[in-house]
Amino acid sequence: MSSQPKDILIHSSAQFGPTLIAGLREIWAHKFRSLLTMLGIILGVSSLVAMSALVKGMEKGAKEALIAVGGLDKVRVEPQELPVEQRHLQDQAVGITMNDVTVIQNGAPLITKVSPEMRVPVTASANGKTFRTFMCMGVWPVALEMMEHEIEHGRMFNEIDDEMARSVCVIGTATRNELWGSPEEVGKEIIPVGETIYLNGVPFTIIGMFKHYESEQERKTRELQAKQAANSPTNQLAQTGPQRNRGHSHGRGGWAFWIKNATIYMPLNTAYMKFRSGVSLTGFGPRSQPSSTPSGATGDPRLSSLELRIRNFDLLPEALQQVRNLLMSTHKGIEDFTFRTQEEWAEAINTFIRNARLSGSLIAGISLLVGGIGIMNIMLASISERVREIGIRKSVGASNGDIFFQILVESTVIAMLGGFLGLGTSFGLVKLISTISPTDNAPIVTATAMLIAFGFSVCVGILAGLLPALKASRLNPIQALRYE
Amino acid sequence: MALVELRNVSKIYRLGGEEIRALDNVSLDIEEGEFISIIGPSGSGKSTLMHILGCLDTPTSGTVCLDGIMIQDASQRELAAIRNRKIGFVFQFFNLLPKLNVLQNVELPMIYSGVSGGERRKRALAALEAVDMVNRARHRPSQLSGGQQQRVAIARALVNNPRILFADEPTGNLDSHTGEAILSLFRKLNEEGRTIVLVTHDPEIAAVTPRRIEIRDGRIASKIDLTLAGLARGSVPASPASPVS
Ligand SMILES: Nc1ncnc2c1ncn2[C@@H]1O[C@H](COP(=O)(O)OP(=O)(O)OP(=O)(O)O)[C@@H](O)[C@H]1O
Ligand SMILES: [Mg+2]
Repeated sequence: MSSQPKDILIHSSAQFGPTLIAGLREIWAHKFRSLLTMLGIILGVSSLVAMSALVKGMEKGAKEALIAVGGLDKVRVEPQELPVEQRHLQDQAVGITMNDVTVIQNGAPLITKVSPEMRVPVTASANGKTFRTFMCMGVWPVALEMMEHEIEHGRMFNEIDDEMARSVCVIGTATRNELWGSPEEVGKEIIPVGETIYLNGVPFTIIGMFKHYESEQERKTRELQAKQAANSPTNQLAQTGPQRNRGHSHGRGGWAFWIKNATIYMPLNTAYMKFRSGVSLTGFGPRSQPSSTPSGATGDPRLSSLELRIRNFDLLPEALQQVRNLLMSTHKGIEDFTFRTQEEWAEAINTFIRNARLSGSLIAGISLLVGGIGIMNIMLASISERVREIGIRKSVGASNGDIFFQILVESTVIAMLGGFLGLGTSFGLVKLISTISPTDNAPIVTATAMLIAFGFSVCVGILAGLLPALKASRLNPIQALRYE
Repeated sequence: MALVELRNVSKIYRLGGEEIRALDNVSLDIEEGEFISIIGPSGSGKSTLMHILGCLDTPTSGTVCLDGIMIQDASQRELAAIRNRKIGFVFQFFNLLPKLNVLQNVELPMIYSGVSGGERRKRALAALEAVDMVNRARHRPSQLSGGQQQRVAIARALVNNPRILFADEPTGNLDSHTGEAILSLFRKLNEEGRTIVLVTHDPEIAAVTPRRIEIRDGRIASKIDLTLAGLARGSVPASPASPVS
């Protein structure tokens, strides 16, 4: 007679280790099929990671460019065509003048700096070469700070230079590169400070040069190329130098840097005297108020634009209102000016990034979905093949839960392997994309993106496995054993 | 109390309008340590009976009590546990998993009872030793003969030390010589105290066992009990007594 305890109903489930091994064995037994099954997941994960890397790169490049052009607390006042209802006042419009500068300096406490600009598109020539730039302008010394410029060699002109309308200018590296050659081309850095440059034929003395502005990415590639060049002295002759990318083909960010490098600054008075007024020797500026000849008169020449810096970015609307009120009075109510804020650009960048991210996620999401359906399909097929195996497992004591778990582990492992392969592939994909379409924003692969993509693949595996697992677990062991 | 108590068990399959009584009001006791054969022609309900005894199937009506557990009240999970720890199955077609080697096949039941890896190996090797198959532990089932596969299947059935062993036509796919060897293995196991239920349609094989139950059309047609307890109870052979080996 039986005298055994009846505690055997305390059931312990199948162990994870052997279940996992069984799953891997099953996947390995159908290597090619498994790989095909993983393809959707691989594509989904790699495109998710690559997309996020591209967007991240763009975002970083755009932010750098934004800082390069002077940040968010800068506002530009530009002339504008009159609104339709004011068209008849066209000939009374005064444009932006020094009078406005004075008025803003005195009457707008929310504006900390005002920098007038008078643009003089020039053909610069020196050293037997010429270079056209529309970034030549007469400014006050304050422009240096306003536009986030840094003088690396020589000096910026000062107020005395301005007052005396001296023929001096400060150039950027793009001008230097065009006229004297870039360091890469020449093999050494030429600093043309003290040289004479002809701007539309007028001789100027270069008294300073800005530092070279570039995105972090550009700097890195340049440094890398320099290092490579140094490491291979044998082909130095053949090497005309890996050219510093001048940015003509660049995207928005690179363009911002190039523009900045092509800048030529001269004193505002000089610009006026040499290029605008012809004969007038009357200086203008805050120190010699030309208010005796008010708006409209030739004595107060039009400026191309004003750059304003705001005390606090949060007060942007109030500051704009202040300036607007002042200008409306000096312009006699004629709205021939407009404000350009970096905010618009920042907003455009954000919108673009949001859209890129959304469409990228959509593609990746669809790939993952397709991958999930593929896994589900294969798991269902695999179960029909393995009815007998499931019956045998049940006959030796596997519960429905054990079978469910086994199938779920299998589909999850497939998805996880696909996820891993996808992460590997994503690096290749990112490389491929950046070689096909070289932007100055190198894609940035982030750990977060990889983690999220991998997490998605695991979720897809689990979801895809649920239905097949349920189906398998419900198989009747007898029918499964009869199955021949 | 008997190890297995079957009371008025019926199994009815309904196919369309037709009703198939695979088992019809079967009552049966199996005592611990017995060696029983269930015999009957094809389609008589032997396998159905064995599946119900072995908790692979549930009866349409009637009760089954195995080792004190009413199996019709047990959950699916509990039935799995009973199959895992109290019951061993041996099938006509061996039913080894082709992707696993011999050792892994024998280890399989222990995976579902939470035996640790080292212990699993040890016990699987001991079970293979008992059926004299240790030297083939690393082989795949497809690399073995039918008799060898069946011995592995027996090792798998025994590895969790079950209370009862069910064998459905275990020699059905083997030549008579190999079948003989498997039968003597069963006999040896029974002598060591294992309870064994052997399903067969072959009277010669049934003759090996002291107790025989014959089914026809889902009913018990005759019971022969040549055990001392059976003889004492006065179980009279309903058909001419088969020779006892
Ligand atoms: N799932 C099912 N659906 C319908 N009828 C079934 C089912 N399973 C078994 N049967 C019927 O039940 C009866 C008994 O079948 P069972 O398999 O138990 O016979 P058996 O005695 O094992 O025969 P054999 O010696 O050929 O294996 C048969 O008539 C069979 O057709
Ligand atoms: Mg049968």
